[in-house]
Parts: sequence; C-alpha cells; structure tokens
Amino acid sequence: MSRETLEYHWGKHHRTYVENLNHQIVGTELDQMTLEDLILASYNRGNILPPFNNAAQIWNHEFFWESMKPGGGGKPSGYLLELIKRDFGNFEALVKELKSAASSQFGSGWAWLVYKANRLDVGNAVNPRLQEEDKKLVVVKSPNAVNPLVWDYSPLLTIDVWEHAYYIDFQNRRADYITIFMEKLVSWEVVSLRLELAKARASEREREEERRKREEEDGYSAGSEAVEMYLESETDESEPEAE
Amino acid sequence: MALRTLVTRKSLGNLGLGLRQLRGLQTYSLPDLPYDYGALEPAISGEIMQLHHQKHHQAYVTNYNKALEQLDAATAKGDSHTVAKLLSALKFNGGGHINHSIFWKNLAPVKEGGGEPPHGSLGWAIDNHFGSMEVLVQKMNTEGAALQGSGWVWLGVDKELKTLVVQTTENQDPLVSKGANLVPLLGIDVWEHAYYLQYKNVRPDYLKNIWKVINWKFAGEVYEKECP
Repeated sequence: MSRETLEYHWGKHHRTYVENLNHQIVGTELDQMTLEDLILASYNRGNILPPFNNAAQIWNHEFFWESMKPGGGGKPSGYLLELIKRDFGNFEALVKELKSAASSQFGSGWAWLVYKANRLDVGNAVNPRLQEEDKKLVVVKSPNAVNPLVWDYSPLLTIDVWEHAYYIDFQNRRADYITIFMEKLVSWEVVSLRLELAKARASEREREEERRKREEEDGYSAGSEAVEMYLESETDESEPEAE
Repeated sequence: MALRTLVTRKSLGNLGLGLRQLRGLQTYSLPDLPYDYGALEPAISGEIMQLHHQKHHQAYVTNYNKALEQLDAATAKGDSHTVAKLLSALKFNGGGHINHSIFWKNLAPVKEGGGEPPHGSLGWAIDNHFGSMEVLVQKMNTEGAALQGSGWVWLGVDKELKTLVVQTTENQDPLVSKGANLVPLLGIDVWEHAYYLQYKNVRPDYLKNIWKVINWKFAGEVYEKECP
C-alpha cells in the first residue's frame, strides 16, 4: 500500500469524515455519545440518519488501519487458528471466502471477519439459549458505511473495498489488492487480540443475562420495574401473581 | 455465419449496445468510443477514459454475458435457485453496461460541441422547469457530491408527464429503477473510478469540470424523441 494511497485515504478521506461528523454533532446530544453508540443510534435499525455515514466510516477506517501492519501477512496461530479450522475447515478456505466476499461486494463497501455470538432483538419472544457451536467465526460483507456492529457481531478484521482504497495502486484490479492485503498487510496478532476481547464480551453478556433472569424468577429486587401481566381483574400492579 | 461477413465491426459498434446474436443467445460487446481517450482533456484525463472504457465497462460487458449465459442454462433446467442467485449479478452488470453506454454518448470533445448548451426544445424545457441552466447544473452537482458510496446522477425526462427530473441511482442501478417512465438524457458517473486518478477525493471538482465536455446535442435528441 503506497504512501500516496495512505496520504489520501487517511489524510483526506478519513479526515473528512471526522471533520464532517464534528460539524454535524456539535451542540447536539449526539456529541456526548461514544462513537459506537452514535453508530447504533444513527443506524436507526436500517432507517439511516445523516450522521451514520460519517460516524460509521470513522469507525471503519480506524478499524482498518489497525487491522494492518508493516510486514504483515503470514498465518494466524493459537486459538484464532483453532476457530478458523473449526469454522472454515482450514486457513486457505477462510482466505478464499474473504477474497470472494471482498470481490463480490458490488459498489462500495467492506468485507469482514467477525465473531458471532449475538442474540436477535425480537422484543417479546424468548431467545433459545446460545450453544457453543452457535458462537462462531463468519465472513460477511457490507455496503458503503454499514458495519457488522449494527448486526450485533464482533468485528475481527476488515478490508476496505471502496475504490479509493486501491485505485491509486491497483486501478480496477480489486482482486490483486485483496491478495496483497492478505499476503503482506494483515495483522493476525490484532485479530487474535480482538477475538479474545469478543469472547470476553460475549461471556460477560451471558452472565449479565443469567443474572437478570434469576432476578425475575426470584421476584423483584429493590428498584426494578414491575412486570406487566394480564390479570382478570384490576389489581395492584406491583403484586406479583403467585406461581 | 453469413451474417458475420455482412456486418462489419464498425456497424456493430453503431448498434447502440453492440448486440450480437450467436447460437440464439444474445451477447453484448463493448461499444467503441466516438472519440479518442485523450479528447476530453483536461476535464477528464486520457488515463481515466482508457481505464474506464477498457477495464471497467469491458468487465461489466463480460460479466453480463456470463450471467446471461448462466441464466439461460438455469432457466432451461428449471433451476429457480440459480436464477434467483443470478439476479443481482444481472442487475449490476447489465446496469453497468447500460449506464456506461449512455455515458460515452453524454460526453464529447470541446471541438465537437462538448460543453455547448442545448438549443431547441431541451434548452427551453430546462429554463422552464429549473429556471436556468445554472440552477440545473448546481442541483446535479449537489446531488452528485452528496451521493454516499457509488452511483450516478441523472437528468431524465418522464415520458408520460413530459417533465424533466434530476435523480440519483446507487451502484449501477439504471434510471428506470427509479420510475418506469423515466428516460435518461444525461448521466454523470460518480463512482470513484470515474475521477479518482485525476481528482482524488475532490468529487466536487470533477463535477464542476465535466460540464465542459457534456454533449448536449445527444441529450437534446433523446428529449425531442420523447417530447416531440
């Protein structure tokens, strides 16, 4: 990846997203939020609001720079490699899938390796308990500024396939760019680190949920909200129905 | 094969989309540019024109043909699964071919009338609908610059209502995807590949300069056909 590309990609494109977002949120409540919260809020479940493009692209580019290192490439190791073998068969298969996702993202966008341990947000239904096998590595692609945070995945690695990411060095040859990225730039150390964090996050979340479920079954602890239930006659809301 | 000897390469190029019929399956080919790659400088560099035409547009044509062949095979076998899978590739590559074929005709070297404002009924219609050419240009530039990601900004005519419209489409979606009655008069490619080597991230500069080589004659002809 040439110096010239980085000067434009980081120095102009990424910088412009930052400047534009700052303009957009100054003085608003969005100014107080963390970037990730801002992204989720402005994604608005798909009904995208104006700050989303800038906010998400800032996050995406930071994530992208950190996904690379000078003298990168090679192969992953340790727990990451174990999971790769479990979920893709072998390392070559993962590379193939990443390349395929990156090449087939029509238009602008990103290809990702993510750790998936999410639950769907389905309102009043009850999610089945996640098994270990449901938590896995997946390759996904996303258009324009969208990133897997909005799907509640944990991103581990990304490659920018907007044309500005490779046009100076490779012109139309996106496939060559992707190959060089995998062979010379990707930092598997960072990916491993991110995987640890993702797993820790997922475990923490599970413990939280179990804690909350136990609280509901035991009755109310001080300060928790009353559960709405359908009762035949109007009774005092705070009285729990006996099992 | 007799068909082939009668039809020369040049006249094939003039068949608009470059349609050939072989073995009963229609295949498309890259239309020739009506000017040299360097003829639109300095508005658009020769390097960009060559890459844009020979690599990008050619890739759309190649992949469109491939998808059509696969569609043909899948349809014959009643393989709906494959047909459904091919739809996005057809829309993307087919749209890419359609859009770029129009785009080359939307441009002309200055010495062949590029940049010269429309006379005749299109000129009138622009003034009536937008107030002036400047207003139209500014509107298209604003929408083109604001487009997130890849896409096109269009001046089109609604052939039923006989009104002019400015619209954007994303990726390679053709204008008709925004309305079945919309006919494209003028499209500006705002994919990064259309300007990056020359203008880098400064898409507004590209949009400002491209008007110097816009071929209003072609747009006028299409307009007069739809609104006689």
